[in-house]
Amino acid sequence: MTDQFTPPPSVGCRAAPVLKQRGQREVFCGLTGIIWLHRKMQDAFFLVVGSRTCAHLLQSAAGVMIFAEPRFGTAILEESDLAGLNDAHAELDREVETLLARRPDIRQLFLVGSCPSEVIKLDLSRAAERLTQQFAPKVRVLEYSGSGIETTFTQGEDACLASMVPVLPKTQERELLVVGALPDVVEDQMMALLDGLGVGPVRLLPARSLDVETGIGPNTVFALTQPFLADTHAALERRGATHIAAPFPFGEEGTTAWLAAIAAQFGVSDETFKAVTDAPRRRARAAIAQASEPLNGKSVFFFPDSQLEVPLARFLTRECAMTAVEVGMPYIHDSIHGPDLDLLPEGPQISEGQDVDLQLDRCREARPDLTVCGLGLANPLEAEGLSTKWAIELVFTPVHFYEQAGDLASLFARPLRRKGLLKHEGIAASDPTMREVAQ
Amino acid sequence: MKLTVWTYEGPPHVGAMRVATGMKGLHYVLHAPQGDTYADLLFTMIERRDHRPPVTYTTFQARDLGSDTAGLFKKACQDAYDRFKPEAIIVGASCTAELIQDDPGGLAETMGLPVPVIPLELPSYQRKENFGADETFFQIVRHLAKPMEKTARVSCNIIGPTALGFRHRDDVQEITNLLYELGIEVNVTAPMGATPTDITKMGQAHFNVLLYPETGEQTARYCERTFDQPFTKVIPIGAGATHDFIAEVRALSGSTAELDTDRLRQSWWSRSVDSTYLTGKRVFIFGDGTHVLTAARIARDEMGFEVAGLGCYNREFARPVRALAKEFGVTPLITDDYLEVERAIEELQPEMILGTQMERHIGKRLGIPCAVISAPVHVQDFPARYSPQMGFEGANVIFDTWVHPLVMGLEEHLLHMFREDFEFNDAAGPSHHGGHAPQKQGAPAPVEATPEPATTGEVIWLDLAERELKKIPFFVRGKARRNTETYATEKGLREISLDTLYEAKAHFAR
Ligand code: SF4
Repeated sequence: MTDQFTPPPSVGCRAAPVLKQRGQREVFCGLTGIIWLHRKMQDAFFLVVGSRTCAHLLQSAAGVMIFAEPRFGTAILEESDLAGLNDAHAELDREVETLLARRPDIRQLFLVGSCPSEVIKLDLSRAAERLTQQFAPKVRVLEYSGSGIETTFTQGEDACLASMVPVLPKTQERELLVVGALPDVVEDQMMALLDGLGVGPVRLLPARSLDVETGIGPNTVFALTQPFLADTHAALERRGATHIAAPFPFGEEGTTAWLAAIAAQFGVSDETFKAVTDAPRRRARAAIAQASEPLNGKSVFFFPDSQLEVPLARFLTRECAMTAVEVGMPYIHDSIHGPDLDLLPEGPQISEGQDVDLQLDRCREARPDLTVCGLGLANPLEAEGLSTKWAIELVFTPVHFYEQAGDLASLFARPLRRKGLLKHEGIAASDPTMREVAQ
Repeated sequence: MKLTVWTYEGPPHVGAMRVATGMKGLHYVLHAPQGDTYADLLFTMIERRDHRPPVTYTTFQARDLGSDTAGLFKKACQDAYDRFKPEAIIVGASCTAELIQDDPGGLAETMGLPVPVIPLELPSYQRKENFGADETFFQIVRHLAKPMEKTARVSCNIIGPTALGFRHRDDVQEITNLLYELGIEVNVTAPMGATPTDITKMGQAHFNVLLYPETGEQTARYCERTFDQPFTKVIPIGAGATHDFIAEVRALSGSTAELDTDRLRQSWWSRSVDSTYLTGKRVFIFGDGTHVLTAARIARDEMGFEVAGLGCYNREFARPVRALAKEFGVTPLITDDYLEVERAIEELQPEMILGTQMERHIGKRLGIPCAVISAPVHVQDFPARYSPQMGFEGANVIFDTWVHPLVMGLEEHLLHMFREDFEFNDAAGPSHHGGHAPQKQGAPAPVEATPEPATTGEVIWLDLAERELKKIPFFVRGKARRNTETYATEKGLREISLDTLYEAKAHFAR
């Protein structure tokens, strides 16, 4: 079995010095998570209490009007709401009543805090308690913060899931809880793998709907499928559950390591493990080999966005033969990201937080073959001749586990393949003076 | 508090960004939390700009709130100046920073930066994007432009185009050419393409051409008062409006230069027999005030449509839109609530919508074709090809754009004749669009074009009449239903029989 494993690097990045800079951060706020969470939890509605900016962010990040009537909306604060908090609470009650009357399919309502609601100290936990009493048992009302002063991009999902942990029913059962919103198709594959290993019962957070009983207690062990769930991790430990630390299930190696950590917890035999994973591992390796060809020997630079950066850098360096120049993360948590950092070969600059102008300077200096960054930076960098991959696609696309390992590699390979295909370079690349004229 | 799903306009600071990003040599320091940086993608993704917008965000966090957000602002301001060396800086607050009351304008003033610093007051909880653009541009002009001697040759400024505007790029080119043909030089086009230095020279022009009242009206009025520059009131969208605009420009400039109008194909295209089928098509028009006002006139006078309803989302233009609705004998819809717009469309059952990307989506849901006439913009509203809305070429572009979603002349008749054809049926939609493949066995039934309740209000549809109604192609079915019901109500009938249906048809025949 060992011949199939790439040995870990002699020196990983776990102890590497971390560059920390403070300046402008070019990232989304946690509200963005609503765009995938509302698809995942089909009986939930996300009500942002915020400003026109918040509504505009959701609309812009979602791409205008993908869905006729989505299960999210913004209660936009107006001048009068800022004057008196009591009135604001009354207004919120009124909006929620109208909403729930119009949408009887809603079983869970999340009140989502924003920067404005937090700055004026509008206490949404009070509102959630009040509304839960009013609408129980039909609707459960929870609250969390997706504000930009508290959360970065994927931390919104973390805050949402963490808000659900205290209300999970108690259980003494020895169960595996898998935490993190995954596309349904990926979730089904994962369940099949765990089932094959004989691991169970398996519970999910978030569950697809409220009726599914996910409990928690001292005998619960949990695994994270997403590397941005630090608060949820802490909340689960507070309720006595035990974390199975592992690299994240990206690529063949990550998936195998993730499953192996769970298998060890549940005493799965080597034979069973091999029997279940050998075939999909082979498939994944073949798919990666094919898809990652344009990536071999190329360099990659990560701007901080989703906290997926370290696991993905591990995948790209170890399974796609890339070299990482810089791996930026909005936040680094040793207990969560440590196992991936151990596997990431030394070399790249690890950075936490951001001063976007300084980081852009470093990126331009390094001229990586591929830059993973946000939507605001992608086209400007392309115009400077760099190839980019939008970070947001990585949280919207099925990329976890064996069967998606090849897709994950192609996501990164596509910009490079495309560059190879297009014969006619834009005026930008061919003639800098023309570019000035064209502006 | 107001529950909003989709918004027609962003917050006012996004309007300020549209001005800053359209200009050159200007930098915007915005006191705002990190999430507000999403606005960059509007410009880099939707408009495909190859530069980041010239905006520095302070990205303060919760932990800064108790301590020194003001210091953070000053540092961001200094860093932005040092790095970008702009000719002028605008400073302001987003919705969150407005609440913490750091007064960016006052702070920046104390810093002694060697370039003009222009403070913006944009009330985020009252106003929206268009106001933000209009006010920002006005403040820039008020701070920078000074009275000057007029140019020797007659010249004008073009006022109003911004970044992320609906076809602004091509409108400016079209109108600049038109003015050139009239022998008028463009002194400054602003905000789009202008530097702060250019702005200082705006006073040289003899008059102003205001293309977008939404984003330039305050400035036009200010320049009229301060620099003695009259401005044009006609917006040259449509053939008629373009002619009126030319007349207005001639009056302001004294130009008598001859114009070649051969390029205007729209008038003949609309008169040619193929266009007969456009006659009396019932359209619903919705968008920003300016585009709705101009579209209504084109619809009625240049396409021969019947305007069934109209409205706008920006309250600033409620008055002229109301006046126009009155002239057209329809009820105006002034709202920024897209659900309300959807209800109005559902009720009116127009044969076509002239709207925004929002209405395009409503149309998709209701099975009503839609052509886009106005912001809010979508990546599709920035075509690679030249595609103005203004001037003669704009009139041509609009003709094509509006006709494209419709079922064309002869095809309409064929649909009437061969309704049951499995390949060529009315649920398949216009044949020049995708999706007219034969209905697959077991595939879900085609979505009914219009909701078809058996009863509407008081009037009951008898079975035979109801079945006959279903035989009418989808794109006229809504109209037929409405007309028949109106007819029945007028006649005091409680039931609609087959006869009623055909009597109504005869009654409304034209
Ligand atoms: S950063 Fe704050 S104000 Fe801006 S969109 Fe996010 S929650 Fe709303």
